[in-house]
Amino acid sequence: MKVRAHVSMLFHLDKCIGCHTCSIACKNLWTDRKGAEYMWWNNVETRPGTGYPTGWEDQERFRGGWEYKDGHLDLRLHSRAQGLFRLFFNPALPSLDDYYEPYTFRYSDLFTSPEGEDQPTAIPISMITGEPMTPGAGPNWDDDLSGSPLYAANDPNLKGLDPEVQAQLSEIEGVVFQYLPRICNHCLNPACVAACPSGAIYKRAEDGVVLVNENKCKAWRMCVAACPYKKVYYNWATGKSEKCILCFPRLETGQAPACAHSCVGRIRYMGVLLYDADRIPEAAMVPDERLVESQLDIILDPFDPEVIAAARAEGLDEGWIKAAQNSPLYKFVKVWRLALPLHPEYRTLAMMFYVPPLSPVVATVEKALRASQGNGGLVRLDLPESNLDFELYDNLEKARMPVEYLANLFAAGKKELIVPILKKLLAVRLLKRQESLEGGVTEKALRVLADAGLTLEEAEAIYRLTTLPTLEERFVLPPYHREMAAEVWKDPLAAKGEAGFGYVQPPVRGE
Amino acid sequence: MNWNTLLFGVFPYIALTLAVGVTAYRMVYRPFSVSAQSSQLLEQKRLFFGSTAMHWGLVLVLLGHLLALLLPKGLLLWNAVPVRLYLLEITGLGLGFWALVGTYVLLARRISVARVRAASTGMDYLVLVLILLSALSGVLTALFYRYGSFWFPAVMTPYLWSVLTLQPRPELLLDLPFWIKFHVFNFWLLVAVFPFSRLVHVITVPLGYLLRPWQIVVWVRKLAR
Repeated sequence: MKVRAHVSMLFHLDKCIGCHTCSIACKNLWTDRKGAEYMWWNNVETRPGTGYPTGWEDQERFRGGWEYKDGHLDLRLHSRAQGLFRLFFNPALPSLDDYYEPYTFRYSDLFTSPEGEDQPTAIPISMITGEPMTPGAGPNWDDDLSGSPLYAANDPNLKGLDPEVQAQLSEIEGVVFQYLPRICNHCLNPACVAACPSGAIYKRAEDGVVLVNENKCKAWRMCVAACPYKKVYYNWATGKSEKCILCFPRLETGQAPACAHSCVGRIRYMGVLLYDADRIPEAAMVPDERLVESQLDIILDPFDPEVIAAARAEGLDEGWIKAAQNSPLYKFVKVWRLALPLHPEYRTLAMMFYVPPLSPVVATVEKALRASQGNGGLVRLDLPESNLDFELYDNLEKARMPVEYLANLFAAGKKELIVPILKKLLAVRLLKRQESLEGGVTEKALRVLADAGLTLEEAEAIYRLTTLPTLEERFVLPPYHREMAAEVWKDPLAAKGEAGFGYVQPPVRGE
Repeated sequence: MNWNTLLFGVFPYIALTLAVGVTAYRMVYRPFSVSAQSSQLLEQKRLFFGSTAMHWGLVLVLLGHLLALLLPKGLLLWNAVPVRLYLLEITGLGLGFWALVGTYVLLARRISVARVRAASTGMDYLVLVLILLSALSGVLTALFYRYGSFWFPAVMTPYLWSVLTLQPRPELLLDLPFWIKFHVFNFWLLVAVFPFSRLVHVITVPLGYLLRPWQIVVWVRKLAR
């Protein structure tokens, strides 16, 4: 057993309001530079939809992730020799048009336009060429299903869904969508690392952050294609690849990443997970239907004395072990089993976790009831609220956001993994609603709770961590002790009175 | 000192000194500046035809030159049978022409595609022009002064070795026709430009990829020790 710590993030999708504050925080902090304008290390997608870059989940085209065949785990992108052979041209690389051409507006026109009959306008210009252009795409062009017959219909996750269910998704007045915020998944078995011919990308053993060594990167750009989540970006101005760094400079000083910290809906949780690095290959090499299980298996119990001893033997600080024990991630992922990784079938063992959304479920049953009554709209008045709730619980397969769709996103198509999660979430909601409507825990609520496999204490804990957590409960960050690390590199006394350590070379393009 | 000595006896050493010294400095102290500067993100279709042709054409033609430098006698023996000579010459000419067309496509693309133009520096154009001239003069040499693989071991191999062993004999090139001299000088020019341009990515060809483990894990803590 080789115990390592991983700093992970959890997205509680039920709480996401799709406001893009996370994206803007990230953009302002990291990618507001020449060559990086088109990059969104953090982006929020409306689902069903094609996302950003457009259709990134279509691995037939972009060749991301790993393939498990005949007992071998291979990159879908290339073998080693093929990798070298395709240095001069990589057919699987997305082009800028798959993202979008970044644009701004010529605001100076507002001041310099000659006097005339019309209001002056700031025309859009390309941020690459500086020429006037007509924006035709953007990172959230399909936000809230705008243009959805085009975008939503092309979502690869709709495969395997009944045509009837698919049609129902885009019904007029009954249309349904959810949000999917995405950052780099800082995978345990990252395909970008494996695909880099220069060996410039690496995973930090201390906290699992996957980083590009910009000094080693030579612009072979295999990482861009190999990442199934398309979360490595190529900076066309500097000729280097860049990606989400999980705000490690913030983590190291005890702050949550900018996207998590700025989250308006407080949907994001940060915490440490302990995992067994020895068992990574075995976790990635199982049939599709066992992938989630095998990944959760190598995430270890931080209270197990054996694990603690092994963690100490690996040099893990007491503070980190304590952080792992208090981790909200551990609770959501392992104890309550409410969270799943995005697209486990890519076999990169993604370490960012998602609690699937529940809210849209309400709509279907409501609508179904409405239909059976034959009078539009006012169902809620005709039915006692409590009954409506329980009706929902028993009819999850009729959920407005199809369970199959969620399964394609989070469980490699395995519905059996999604249903228990939705049941648990719904059971907690029922419990709390009964408490406020009936004034206490009702027999009915307890029955549902038992059916979902939750105790009253667990339900209460889920409720508290979901709706009422403090900042410190959402972000349980381990102590990095960078002050000690800095002492190893440089003598702080020798550098006293200086700003920073040494000379910093500006990251400008070489000739 | 006449022009011939200056261009083929002195300049090669300036070029080689720059190539070795500046490249070493850049690799060690300016690693961020070393990159292939791919523009595939900005434009794909024309790059495919240009880049593939130029790279593979140049790599194979350069390997041919290297072979003639290292195994001149082997080359002469191979050429002893006319069919084999023709085969070699046709292959070489074809590859050279392929590289020429590829370089032209790349240069035209760099000038005419607005996005790529925006991402280009003067050095990008210079490098492409030099390579275009190199390929052009090479193809012309192969066409007009046949058969290159036959006379190269007799003239160019001794000349190159004389430069590499620090006993330059530029007089070997004195009587050669213009296009061949041009081709040789253009080569030294490329060598001189090499460390100051994106050409430096040539030495970073990641052959280690064939051997390294798939995953790379780095302990920051252990690195520091």
